[in-house]
Amino acid sequence: MLLKLVRRPEASRSMVLLSPLIALGLTLLSGIVLFMFMGANPGQALYAFFIEPLTSLYGWGELGVKATPLALIAMALSIGFRAGVWNIGAEGQLTLGAICGAGIALWLHDIEGFWILPLMILFSILGGMAWAAIPAFLRTRFNANEILVSLMLTYVAILLLSYLVHGPWRDPDGFNFPESRVFNDSATVPIILDGTRLHFGWLLAMAAVAGAWILMARTLIGFQVKVIGEAPAAGRYAGFSINRIIWFALMLSGGAAGLAGLLEVAGPIGQLQPTISPGYGFTAIIVAFVGRLHPVGVLLASHLVALSYLGGESAQITLNLPLAVTGVFQGMLLFFLLASDVLIHYRIRPAASVAVREL
Amino acid sequence: MEILIPTLLTIITAATPLLFAAIGEMVAEKSGVLNLGVEGMMLVGAVVAFATVHHTGSATAAILAGIFAGAGMSAIFGVLTLGLQSSQVATGLALTIFGTGLSALLGQSLVGVAYDGLPKLPIPLLSEIPLIGPLLFNHDILVYASIAIVIGVAWFLKSTRPGLILRAVGNSHDAAHAIGYHVLKIRFLAILFGGAMAGIAGAYLSLAYSPLWIENMSAGRGWIALALVVFATWRTWRVLAGAYLFGGITILQLHAQVIGVGIPSQMMTMLPYLATILVLVLISRDQNKIKRNAPACIGKPFHPTA
Amino acid sequence: MTGTNEELLSDPLLKLSGMTRSFPGVLANDDVHLTLSPREIHALLGENGAGKSTLVKMIYGILKPDAGEITWKGQRVSINSPAYARRLGIAMVFQHFSLFDSLTVFENIVLGMDIGENSIDLRQEIAGISQRYGLPLDPDQHVYTLSVGERQRIEIIRCLLQNPGLLVMDEPTSVLTPQEVEKLFETLRQLAAEGMAILYISHKLDEIKALCSHATILRGGRVVDSVAVAHETPHTLAAKMMGEALAKEPELKTHTPGEVRLSLDHLNVASSSEFGIPLKNISLEVRAGEILGIAGVAGNGQDELRMAISGEITVNADQVRIDGKDCGQLKPNARRMLGLSSVPEERLGHGAVSSMSLSENSFLTAFLRLGLLSGGLINRGACDRFTGGVIERFRVKANGSQAPAESLSGGNLQKFIVGREIRQNPELLVVSQPTWGVDAGAARAIHDALRDLAAAGAAVLVISQDLDELMQISDRIAAICAGGVSATYPANRVTVEQIGLLMAGAQTLENAAEAGHAA
Repeated sequence: MLLKLVRRPEASRSMVLLSPLIALGLTLLSGIVLFMFMGANPGQALYAFFIEPLTSLYGWGELGVKATPLALIAMALSIGFRAGVWNIGAEGQLTLGAICGAGIALWLHDIEGFWILPLMILFSILGGMAWAAIPAFLRTRFNANEILVSLMLTYVAILLLSYLVHGPWRDPDGFNFPESRVFNDSATVPIILDGTRLHFGWLLAMAAVAGAWILMARTLIGFQVKVIGEAPAAGRYAGFSINRIIWFALMLSGGAAGLAGLLEVAGPIGQLQPTISPGYGFTAIIVAFVGRLHPVGVLLASHLVALSYLGGESAQITLNLPLAVTGVFQGMLLFFLLASDVLIHYRIRPAASVAVREL
Repeated sequence: MEILIPTLLTIITAATPLLFAAIGEMVAEKSGVLNLGVEGMMLVGAVVAFATVHHTGSATAAILAGIFAGAGMSAIFGVLTLGLQSSQVATGLALTIFGTGLSALLGQSLVGVAYDGLPKLPIPLLSEIPLIGPLLFNHDILVYASIAIVIGVAWFLKSTRPGLILRAVGNSHDAAHAIGYHVLKIRFLAILFGGAMAGIAGAYLSLAYSPLWIENMSAGRGWIALALVVFATWRTWRVLAGAYLFGGITILQLHAQVIGVGIPSQMMTMLPYLATILVLVLISRDQNKIKRNAPACIGKPFHPTA
Repeated sequence: MTGTNEELLSDPLLKLSGMTRSFPGVLANDDVHLTLSPREIHALLGENGAGKSTLVKMIYGILKPDAGEITWKGQRVSINSPAYARRLGIAMVFQHFSLFDSLTVFENIVLGMDIGENSIDLRQEIAGISQRYGLPLDPDQHVYTLSVGERQRIEIIRCLLQNPGLLVMDEPTSVLTPQEVEKLFETLRQLAAEGMAILYISHKLDEIKALCSHATILRGGRVVDSVAVAHETPHTLAAKMMGEALAKEPELKTHTPGEVRLSLDHLNVASSSEFGIPLKNISLEVRAGEILGIAGVAGNGQDELRMAISGEITVNADQVRIDGKDCGQLKPNARRMLGLSSVPEERLGHGAVSSMSLSENSFLTAFLRLGLLSGGLINRGACDRFTGGVIERFRVKANGSQAPAESLSGGNLQKFIVGREIRQNPELLVVSQPTWGVDAGAARAIHDALRDLAAAGAAVLVISQDLDELMQISDRIAAICAGGVSATYPANRVTVEQIGLLMAGAQTLENAAEAGHAA
């Protein structure tokens, strides 16, 4: 071993902020290698991936559209992760939220009214919460691992959506395509920037992030989340209830994911389809970590990762690169981040070579 | 009888990938490492194996490639969690996300390509016994290998000194380090074994179970394998039983769909996932049982500064 | 190897010179030297943090020295692994046992051996050694079912199986009752008589007087003296060990105890986990103005007892009463509002959150009693002011109230935690291991603060494994063993030996006396 790790006496605050930048740099470098390997000109590819999507107002709008579900879900997941509650089934909660909200839109499809969208939002949040309540209940009551339960429920939710759009909720005038009716205007999220698809949901996401900041920095429940995540015994000693925090974390992330799902189907998509998310629920895990599990970080990271979705699409169109490159980029970003995070708690020193000279 | 033998045979093919993945993960967990990246390693193993057989035509080369791909993926996990002290949970999730993306990228040109599947290797004489013969002695190489590996792992853990050391490292890494065992080296080897097994599980999916490549073809089997390890309370023979139980559930719902029992196919497809939740709840209710059997150091980082 | 047996006997077995090792921010060993001959029981004496553990870890190959020479049987060696140390003939019994709970005694012993032994021969060897040295053990039992004393036996047998020339024992008696200590000493004397050298690490002066012939005294990582124990008294040894920190112990003031603040009435707690200790039928009272000490060997239910009082474990309402009010069902914060404070044994991760600032750690337990929430938001200014007060009053060495808890030394963090609880003016304080791993100066400060609190009219319950400490600060004393608590006695009317009997499980001294006559 040429290098060794020396533990820092206390965590380095500057490395907490620098580490995502190091990770981003390493991801870009690996990206260049990856593009060359795939026979693309790295300069062109990087341009197509990271610059081109932002050369138009529409592109900036799309950035917000993609960042909205990521920010909403990652904001809530990061609070859960800080409490040591590993909800990785946000994709399923997103799907259930979309189903519940869309149920209202389809039920009231021939009625107009300003109250329809708020009702859909309410039901989407309740739907996401209900789906997250299953792992919360099973964890607090039977100690069943929430990682596996929430993940299994994701497969179940996606199958449920598939059943609905193939069966009872299929558009009667839709030529047998597996899709629901298109939502009417009262059931659609309003656009806030003309000439783009940027919708009201983006403002909701930003407000949620600000709320999460206050929650974590200044309130008792935020304090409890931090204590229980880091030292459960200290939490018990202080009189905090671990089960209450598990419920809180799962309800918050279930609700946020449910809302994110509704904003997708009642926003850019406008109807229910078999696939309503390119894995936002999973990608939000990356966003949460890259954002340092902190609301401000999540805000920045959600837009950065949103860019990787746009970049993938743009690289596919202009350079004919496979769309799957996006997933590889996102995975690499998280790997490099986890690797650079070692520098928060450790310094890297050359190992003292024990040279015993023998004559 | 006409339908029974083929049904039992399909159960074996459905159980085999779960068995490989779960037994590998169990060994890693016995050493104190929780690797949530099984799904990602399986997918990469599947795509690499399929690409190899597509380009070389050699099933042996394909199986080996799958093993190396899985082990290579797990090596990333090992370097990050053991060398760079990253969180095992976060790194395992990252491995799954990365593996999903990487396999989709690598498999881009393989979608729609066909392969005949691994050849059957009937064992002479034995395979001709009525009923039992076709059921037990007429399989492809990987089915035999999965059983051999279960027996090997059971023997290794129970009766060999390295197996004892592996269990000791998972029980208390501080004590093992104090006595002078190389905790990180032992864990890294266990992680590699887990990765190799996940890789072979993936290879089985794309070479034998449904010989083709589709994105995300593991469909959560890596996660079910993780649940199986808990269900088996870290005991080898129960992993075997659990894998076959889940193989059975998967096949029964498929048959029910074919027969057409009047329940929508999506609802039937949900069954293995719901069964996983049920099984987890049943086993987790008794926390003392889990605590008694779980490796005490599971998921905990170790940094040897003495 | 050259030389006759004669020469080997007179030659030193182990010689250390110039041993130096630093950690970030600390010079743990600075030019340490030590010489050890066969048949010698040599004490390595020093306070917590003096560098004893660092030195033996270098001898045993766990740590690499930055500088220095180790000479073993006349040959210069560089011990780079425990396996090599064992091959040379150096064996070690750790302070925190290196045992595997879920494995059997036999498997634990096998793991400590370097060569693949035939298991039948090994079983016979184990049986032989355990008989010869009075160390009974069942090889097929699982370790988690054993007592601490039995666990130590595994470690010792594991060492003896290798026929070592040197046996290193790191604070072996901190987990034993006085009677078990005596048995251990007999074994050690027998081993030394048979030719083994023993390096005995301790900060307990009486033990060193009783057992050792030579002592090397460490302070602040340096050797302050190397003496023949026969020429020293416990007092002169203490003076060398503590340096200027040594001052006269304060006189124990006697108080007239006031009314009953805490009463436990047939407290029963079922074991919460596989390895937990159930509490059995505990009844006791603590009165205003007094300190009640609970002695006991680690792992006899101390944690569970403190948690049952603090509310981290809830029990039947009438089993715990504070100021006459049934509160067995109340949660920790409700009990805090009744005037209870508690200090757990573990500092980091239980009494304080490592990465959080001292100010946040103040909020952790004080937010209700001191009203640190205003309008639902954390009042950071008030937290800082309170924390500043604790730091100043208890002379906590810390980089202000924003310093993370993990940046403090063990002693300073303990002063902060005890101070945080005392500054909330509790009427009832329960403290577990108040000075575990704390240097003498900080221990003194904590003892004074506890006495002052009692003098001011609070009831104080101190749970400790350090019998000397309890004898020093308690008004009354009892012992906990296997989840039960003995009768209580005035501290100035019982001897250490008598408490030892209670620690070993006697309910009352009368019982113990009868049992003694019967035997």
